[in-house]
Parts: sequence; structure tokens; C-alpha cells
Amino acid sequence: MVAFAGWEMPVQYASIIEEHRTVRTAAGLFDLSHMGELLVSGPDALAFVRYCVISDPGSLAPGQAQYSMLCARDGGVIDDLIIYRIHEGYLLVCNAANRAADVVHLRGHLAPGGFNATLEDRSDATGLVAPQGPRAADLLKTLTDADVDGLGYYHATPGVVAGIECLIARTGYTGEDGFELFCLASQTESLWQAVLDAGEPFGLKPCGLGSRDTLRLEAGMPLYGNELDRDHNPYEANMGWAVKLEKGEFVGRAALARIRERGARRRLVGLLMRDNAVARHGYQVRIPDGGTGVVTSGTASPTLHEKIAMAYVPTQAASIGAEVEVLVRDRPYHAEQVKLPFYRRAR
Amino acid sequence: MTYPNDLRYSKDHEWVRAEGSTATIGITSFAADELGDIVFVELPEVGAALKQFAAFGVVESVKAVSDLFSPVSGTVSEVNGRLQSEPELLNSDPFGDGWIARVETTDGDELKDLLDADGYAKLTS
Repeated sequence: MVAFAGWEMPVQYASIIEEHRTVRTAAGLFDLSHMGELLVSGPDALAFVRYCVISDPGSLAPGQAQYSMLCARDGGVIDDLIIYRIHEGYLLVCNAANRAADVVHLRGHLAPGGFNATLEDRSDATGLVAPQGPRAADLLKTLTDADVDGLGYYHATPGVVAGIECLIARTGYTGEDGFELFCLASQTESLWQAVLDAGEPFGLKPCGLGSRDTLRLEAGMPLYGNELDRDHNPYEANMGWAVKLEKGEFVGRAALARIRERGARRRLVGLLMRDNAVARHGYQVRIPDGGTGVVTSGTASPTLHEKIAMAYVPTQAASIGAEVEVLVRDRPYHAEQVKLPFYRRAR
Repeated sequence: MTYPNDLRYSKDHEWVRAEGSTATIGITSFAADELGDIVFVELPEVGAALKQFAAFGVVESVKAVSDLFSPVSGTVSEVNGRLQSEPELLNSDPFGDGWIARVETTDGDELKDLLDADGYAKLTS
């Protein structure tokens, strides 16, 4: 167990590699109750969320979800989050470690912007259990009458799972098909146990933070604190697609428009280690023609049986196939820039 | 947990099997379990001089990087090259195929500063 954002979190239940492979081949169950859930409701809910995030939630149909970010005035990333359009309003699911900062940021724009909307931090009252993997859908169907097959990726629907009222979302952070089941915090344990029991014939195993990290890294998904922080902007993180400059004024728009016009100075790239070494967060990257970068995440990939990493390098050095060196304990090791993601599931 | 009786153990969770002046060293099952899935081992060079309780290599699990501390002083005469492609041997057979290095020891008395199996079992209980 490790302490994380005020929570005691399991890094692993058995073996990180075993849990990782279980999610890739069958299904794994994650307890993500630490995540933050912020509900925005009221007549101006859409206008307010739209003003605070980089994406355009105005394009969301009821029951649809969208990846987004909160950025500061200078374009730096405050948090990345998923916005769900539910019947009460807009549910923002954010990182536990950023929840307090997100609330401060959002509140700072709520009253001053004259928005007639309410922001409610439901994090403590909300539990989150996530079955992820190719067998997750078949497993979930045994526990609910909700239309699991009809629920598209990045969509959510209210539904009863094992007798417990949930918001069933087809979202995840593993690169596999999967679900995130939001429930009342008081019912999390019952829901966890029910999914775990029903999952046995499907090969479901409980999974911890360790495999969550290796799974998202193979899938090329950024982690706040590693790839994303106040010092980096969405364009550098290859998330420019999420920025909707054309939607009108929003927090950070001017800075992001400038960055887009002049181009990002750094780019996030994938690295495949050519020498046998593990690149880790914070290790220096050396560009052959001069210049340096920095590793944001790295691991031994359980699926690819290769050492992989993500790193920021100067934009002019970002080129698939180009060689760089990673300094591991003061010694240079060869790595090749490769296309992200490292792993893409067969559909 | 019980540990092989023919080995001596350091408080840093390394083991040593002494046969004359040759010592085989590795990490214990306790250390391997604590580290989790081991994905990389940085071995010492043959000929490297090791000092008792000083760092001589690195072992990396999925999540963490840890130093290896030698339980004895001496000169490395052989390393377990299999670990470069099969670091998981440290998890699956830490006292056997997962051995790390053989060392020509310089001071047989050092073994007195190490624990026996019972002492190590108490340390890790």
C-alpha cells in the first residue's frame, strides 16, 4: 500500500506484470474511488464548463463523454479530466491529487464570470470501480439489465449493477475496452465484491496502481505529474486535438492560440530502448545534434517485452526513427523514437 | 518463512553461499517479493572489487530502482549472464538460478557479520 492524495492505495494485489497481462487478455478490476468527481449544474452549466476547459462540451450529446483539460492563463495544464454530460449537468472526473486545485480554479471563474451554475464536489460521496479488459463487457452483462452492447466508447448511462445504482461509463485508462462504474461511496465495497465474484469465470483479477501505470503507458496515455503539469501545454503533449480555439473565449485561449501559431517548443515522443536499460521519470535525454530532453515515464513493457518510455524533446528533434540517448545512472543508453501509442488493441 | 540453512544473510537482504574462498551471492526471496516483478539487473563487471555492505549493482522492478549491496568483500570472478535476458529468475528462483555473481573473497571472517537462516527469518518476520 502507498499513500496517495490522502488515500491508501494498493500498488499491486499479486504481481504487476500478472495484473497487466490479465487486463490485456481477460479483465482486471480497479478501485478508483480516489478520483475526483465535480458536478456542475444549473442554467449556465454548459457555458461555465465551456469557459473553463480547453475542449468544447457543447458538442456533447446526453450520455456522451469527452477528454479535456483545465489550463491556466499561460496555457499550462492544471489537470486533465473527462467530462460526462449526465442528466443532472456536467460531471467532471479529475485526478485526486489535483481535485483541490481544480475546485479553486473553477470557483475562481464561477462567480466572477457571472455564471448561474452550481459547482458541487461529490468526490467524497462517490465510489468508482472499473472492470477493464476484453472480457469486461461480457462480465458486466451478467450484473445489469442496462444495454451494455449499445453503450458506445466514451458514453455513459445510469444503470443498476448488482442491485446498486450506478453511472455506467464505457471509459478507461488501460488501452482496452472497459467500464468505469460510479456509485455511492457507501456502496463501493458491495459493488467491488459483486463484480469480483461475478468476474471469476471470466478470469477477472483485482488490479492495483502499478499495472494501471504500465497499461496506460503502453497505451501512450499521459499521466498528470509525469507527462502533464503546469510547465507543459496540451500541444507539447500531443493533445492539440482537444483544444477548440474556435469555440470562443475560454481560460488560456490567448496563450494556446499563440502557441499553436508559433508551434510548440517541445514534443512528447515515444522511446524504445535499443540498449538494455529502463528509462525512468526525470532521466535526461541527449539529442545527437545537441540539445536535451527529459524522460517523463518509462518501464519494461509486459506486452511488448521491450523497455519503453515517453519523453519531451525539442520539437526539431522529434522524429520517428531518430536515435537519442538516455542517461541511466550517468551512462548513455541508445533509444529510438517510435510512434505512440506503443500498444493498440485489436478491434 | 524459512530460508536455506547452508547460506548466510545480510540485513540488506542478500545471501551468500561460501565454498572455500569462493562465494556465490544473490538476493533473498524476501527481497524479491518486496521488490515485485524484477525487470532489469545491472550486474558488476568480472574483476570488479566488491566491499562488504557496499553497493555493487542495481536491480529494478516495474516500479522501483534498488541498489544491490554485497554481503562479502572480494573480486568478482563470474556473473550470471542469464539475468540480462531473464531478470525474472530473481523472482522465480532467487536462491538457485537467480544467483547474481561469484566472488573470490578476501576475508573469510566477514561471514561472522552475517546472519544465519534463523536470524534472517527473525529479521524478516
